[in-house]
Amino acid sequence: MIRTFDAGSYDCIVVGAGHAGCEAALASARMGIETLILSINLDSIAMMPCNPSIGGTGKGHLVKEIDALGGEMGLNIDRSFLQSKMLNASKGPAVHSLRAQADKHQYHVEMKRVLENTEHLAVKQGEVIALVIENKIIKGVITQTGAHYRAKTVILATGTYLGGKIFIGEAEILSGPNGLAASYALGDSMRQEGIELRRFKTGTPARVDKRSLNFDKMEVQWGDKEYELFSFMNDSLPLDEMPCWLTYTNHHTHEVILSNLDKSGLFTGSIEGTGPRYCPSIETKILKFTDKERHQLFIEPEGRDTNEMYVQGMSTSMAEDVQLAFMRTIPGLENVEIMRPAYAIEYDCIDPQVLKLSLEFKTVEGLFSAGQFNGSSGYEEAAAQGLIAGINAALKVQNRDAFILDRSEAYIGVLIDDLITKGTDEPYRMMTSRAEYRLILRQDNADMRLTEKGYALGIVKEDRYKRFKEKMRIIDDEMNRLATTNLKMNDVNIILEAIGSSKVMQSIKIIELLKRPEIFYRHLVSIDVTRPAVLSKDIIKQIEVSLKYEGYIKKQLQQIDKFKDLEERKLPIELDYLNIENLRLEARQKLDAIKPASIGQASRISGVSPSDISVLLVYIEQMRRKKNA
Amino acid sequence: MLTDTIAAISTPIGEGAIGIVRMSGSDSFKIIDQLFRAKSEKSTWEDKKFKYGYIFDEDRLIDEVMVVKMHAPNTYTRESIVEINCHGGAVPLREILRLCLKNGARLADRGEFTKRAFLNGRIDLAQAESIMDLIQSKTDRGFDIAIQQLEGNLSKKINHIRHALVQLMARVEVGIDYPEEDIEEITYQEIQNDLQRTSKILDDLLKTSRTGKIVREGLKTVIIGKPNVGKSSLMNALLKDARAIVTDIPGTTRDVIEEFLSINGIPIKLVDTAGIRETEDIVEKMGVEKSKSYFNTADLIIFMLNGSEQLTEEDHVLIDKVKGRPAIILVNKSDLEQNIEIDYIKKQFESHQIIYTSMSKDIGVEAIENAIQYMIDEGGTTSTQSEMVSNARHIALIEKSQLHVNEAIKATINRLPYDFIEVDVKEAIELLGFITGDSVSSDLMNEIFGQFCLGK
Repeated sequence: MIRTFDAGSYDCIVVGAGHAGCEAALASARMGIETLILSINLDSIAMMPCNPSIGGTGKGHLVKEIDALGGEMGLNIDRSFLQSKMLNASKGPAVHSLRAQADKHQYHVEMKRVLENTEHLAVKQGEVIALVIENKIIKGVITQTGAHYRAKTVILATGTYLGGKIFIGEAEILSGPNGLAASYALGDSMRQEGIELRRFKTGTPARVDKRSLNFDKMEVQWGDKEYELFSFMNDSLPLDEMPCWLTYTNHHTHEVILSNLDKSGLFTGSIEGTGPRYCPSIETKILKFTDKERHQLFIEPEGRDTNEMYVQGMSTSMAEDVQLAFMRTIPGLENVEIMRPAYAIEYDCIDPQVLKLSLEFKTVEGLFSAGQFNGSSGYEEAAAQGLIAGINAALKVQNRDAFILDRSEAYIGVLIDDLITKGTDEPYRMMTSRAEYRLILRQDNADMRLTEKGYALGIVKEDRYKRFKEKMRIIDDEMNRLATTNLKMNDVNIILEAIGSSKVMQSIKIIELLKRPEIFYRHLVSIDVTRPAVLSKDIIKQIEVSLKYEGYIKKQLQQIDKFKDLEERKLPIELDYLNIENLRLEARQKLDAIKPASIGQASRISGVSPSDISVLLVYIEQMRRKKNA
Repeated sequence: MLTDTIAAISTPIGEGAIGIVRMSGSDSFKIIDQLFRAKSEKSTWEDKKFKYGYIFDEDRLIDEVMVVKMHAPNTYTRESIVEINCHGGAVPLREILRLCLKNGARLADRGEFTKRAFLNGRIDLAQAESIMDLIQSKTDRGFDIAIQQLEGNLSKKINHIRHALVQLMARVEVGIDYPEEDIEEITYQEIQNDLQRTSKILDDLLKTSRTGKIVREGLKTVIIGKPNVGKSSLMNALLKDARAIVTDIPGTTRDVIEEFLSINGIPIKLVDTAGIRETEDIVEKMGVEKSKSYFNTADLIIFMLNGSEQLTEEDHVLIDKVKGRPAIILVNKSDLEQNIEIDYIKKQFESHQIIYTSMSKDIGVEAIENAIQYMIDEGGTTSTQSEMVSNARHIALIEKSQLHVNEAIKATINRLPYDFIEVDVKEAIELLGFITGDSVSSDLMNEIFGQFCLGK
C-alpha cells in the first residue's frame, strides 16, 4: 500500500463519472451536499461507449422521469441531439417512446460543463483503489496516488471499468471500455470488505469510416419532422438534422461468420460473463435464428465532427479480420474500413439483491451503488439509478428518510424494485412490458407524477417548479372549460359527418366529444371559438389521453390502490425471518437474504408463497401487540 | 391480497334446511348488489337487517334467499360482511358461492375470516397461534392438492391456453418494445382470431370440464339393471341416507327419474332408467331411447344384479355394455340364497368394484357411497370438501379470465391501441397463472427473447 495523505472531506463521493455517476453527483450537489466526483479520466465524463443514442422504448420513459425529477440527462441530450424520433407513435400513448441520436462528443462536453459549473460539486481525476470502511460504516476512499478522501457517503458507479477485460477474437485485453484504463485494485478492496462480485458481459459493434461507405445502397432514415424534446424545460430547439442509414446482412455474411466461429471469444469459451439476451452478438443471432435470411443494420453517425459511424446490429466478439470480411459482404459496406473494431467486455458487478431499495448496501452504512455495477445495462438505466442513489445519499447526510419510488409511480421504481427484489442473471434492460401500470406511467405525464416530489426533495429548483405549476393551472382551466362549454348541434354535426362519427341530437359539451376515440382537438378548431391560445402540444395530448382512455386509466388506478395497500405494510429490517417457525424454509432464507421493506415487496420475491405472506402478517401483528402491551 | 373480498360456504354441506354463504371485504356489498334482486323493490337496506329476495345468475334464478349486510367496522372481521341465507343443499350453496367468486370475490382460505378478525384487531393475541397453525396446515394440504391437480388434465389444458395467450402477448409486446426490429407486426385480425379461439376453448372447458360439470350439474350417475332388481329401492336408500335435496326436474318422463343428492359434499345427479332392452312397444321405446342416451353420457354407472337368480340374457347384454365404463357392480338380494354365477361376474369385472347389498335389509348402502367417492377420486376429480372447493376456485378463475379475454376482443374490434388490448390479456394470463402458479412477467420475457431475434 502506498503512502496516503489526507485529501479532505466531503458529504458524498461519487466513484465514476459515467451516466450513473454524473446524475448521482449532480443530484447530491443540487440538494446542497458537498460532493466530489472522481473519474479515472475526466475526458471520459458521460462517455457513450456503445450506441450513439438516448431513449427508446422504456428507456425514453426513464429519461423523461429523470428530467421530471430535476436530473440532467434529458437536458443534456436536448443540447446534443442529431435527430429525434417518437417510436410507437402509431400505438397507444402509454408506449410512445422518444429516442434521439446523440453527438457523443458534444454530449460529453455539455455534461462536463454542467458538472464543472455546479455549486457544491468538485470534479477530480483519480482512480479509487480502496474503500475505507469502519464498523460497517463507510468512511471514505483512497486513490491510486494516495489521496485519502473522507466522506459521509460514497456512491459506486464503476460501470464496466471494474475488472474490465476486452475480447476481440482470440485477443484478450485487460482494459476498460473503449481502450480506457480499467480498475482492478478497487475490486480487491471490495472483496476484502466482504462485497461479493460477479462477472457480467456486454458488447459493442464496430465503428466504421464514413468515407468508405456507399450510401446509395442503403435506405436513408430521417427523424421526425415535428420532433419532441426530452426535457419538460424545453419547448422547441432548432436542429440541423443528420440521417441514419439502413442496410441488411445476407447469406454471404452468415457464411463468413459461421465458418469463423472458432475465432469468436463467445464460442471459444474464454468469456465467462453472462451477457444480455436482448443484445446478442451477430454470431449468436445467426446461430439461434437459422431461418432468418437477413438481419437489419442501422448505420448511425457518432457525431458532427467525426467520420466514425456506429454499425447497430453488429455487436460481435469475432476477430478483427473476420469482422472486416463479413461486413464487406453487406450492401453499402463493400469497401468498409473499420476505425474501431467491435468487442465484448467482461466486468465485475454485484448481485443487486445486496442493496436496499434506496440503493444503499444492506451491510455497509452510507455506501450506495448505481448503474452497470448493479447489474443493469444501458445509459438510461444507469442514469436513473444514479439519480436515486445521489438523492438518497444526500437525504442520508441530511438525516431525512430515503426516497423510494414504487412500481406504480415510475419506471424508475419498476427498475429498482426488479433489481433489488427479483435480482437479475443478465444485464437488466428496461422494457415497457416490465411495468404493470403502463397506462399510468406514461412519458407525457412524467412531470405530473414526479416534479412535485422532486421539489419537496430540493432537487427540483424554482424555475422548473414554476413552469410545472403553470402547466397544471392551464390544464385545470382547460378541463373546466371543456366540461362547461357547449357546441351547437349543427356546427358539430358538420364536423362529425366529415370524419364519419355518429351525429348528435342536441348541443353537446366539448368534453363529451373529445371522449370519442376518433375525435381530437384538431378536428374542432373551426367551431371551438373560446379555445385559449396557450395550449401547447403536450397539454393537448395530456387532455386527450386522460379523456379518451378514462375507463382503462380508472381500472389501472384501482389496481394501484390494491398494490399500494400491500406496499404500505412495512416490515422492520431487523425481523429475524430464520426463526419464524411457520414460514417454509425456502421463504425464511429468501426473506432473510433480501430483507424486504414491505409486505408487497416480500410478495414479489420468488419462493415466497401467499401463505408465507399470511404467516408474516399474523406474525408482525403479534409483534406489534406484544410491544404495545 | 389483503383487502380483497373473500367468500366461503360457512355451513356444513348437505345438512340442515338452510345454508349460509358469507363474504367479507370492501367489495362484498357491490358483489351482492349484482346478484340479488329484492322481492319488494321498495324495501331498503338496513344495517344487520334481513332482506328477502332472489339470487340470479344474469337472468337465471338460482335460489330464494334472505340476505343481510353488515357495515364495517362493527363486524366479526371489522370489514363489510354479507351473509346469504339460502336453501341448505349442495347445489344452491355452490352456485351462489360460484357467483360470488365470478363477480370479484376470492375463495377464503381456511381460517381466513378469523385471520382477518385478528389482523384487524377484533380478536385477541391468544388466538393468533391457532391461526398460524391453520395457515400452515393449509399450506401442507394445499401443496398436495396442487400437485394432484397439476397432474390433472385441467391444469394441462390451462397451461396450454395460458401459453397461447403468453405467445400472443409476446407478439404484441415485441412490436411495442422493439418497434424498429425487422419483425412483422401482428394485425388486429390476428389478435382477434387468437383471442376468439382462446375464449372458445375456455368456454368449452367450463362447459365440459368434469369438475365444472360436477359442481354445476352434479356427477351424472345412472342406475341400470333388469326390472325388479331393486333400482328404486337403491335410489330411495341413497336419498334417505344422504338426507338429500330432492328436486323435480321438469321435462323428465315417468321412465327416467332424476334426483339430486350429496355424498360427502359432492353433488350427485342420480338417474333411474327404465331399462335398456330392445322393445317393439312405441311408448316404451321412447323411454328406452332416453335411457340409452343417459347411459351413454353417464359419468358413473351403478349396475345392479340379482344375486338370488342366475344371469338372464338381459343381464348378459348389460354386462357387455357396462364393461369398460366407469361403474360399480352391485350384487343385490345378498340376504337370499345366492344362485348367480359369481365367478363369471368377477371375471367380467376384474377392475371394477363389486359390492354385495340387500336393499330390503339395508345392507351395503354405506359401501356404495364409499365406492362412489372412490370412483370420483380415481377419476382425477376431487372428493373431500376442501378439494371440491378449491376446484370452485379454479372455475371462478377460468370464468374471470374468460371475461377478460372477451373484454380484450371488444377492444380489438374497437381498434383500441395494442397496449390497451393487452391490459385485459395480461389480466387473463395472470388469473390462469393462479391455477398453475406461474407469473406473467418472467414467462413473457422468456417468450419474447426465445421467439424473436432482437438486438443491437
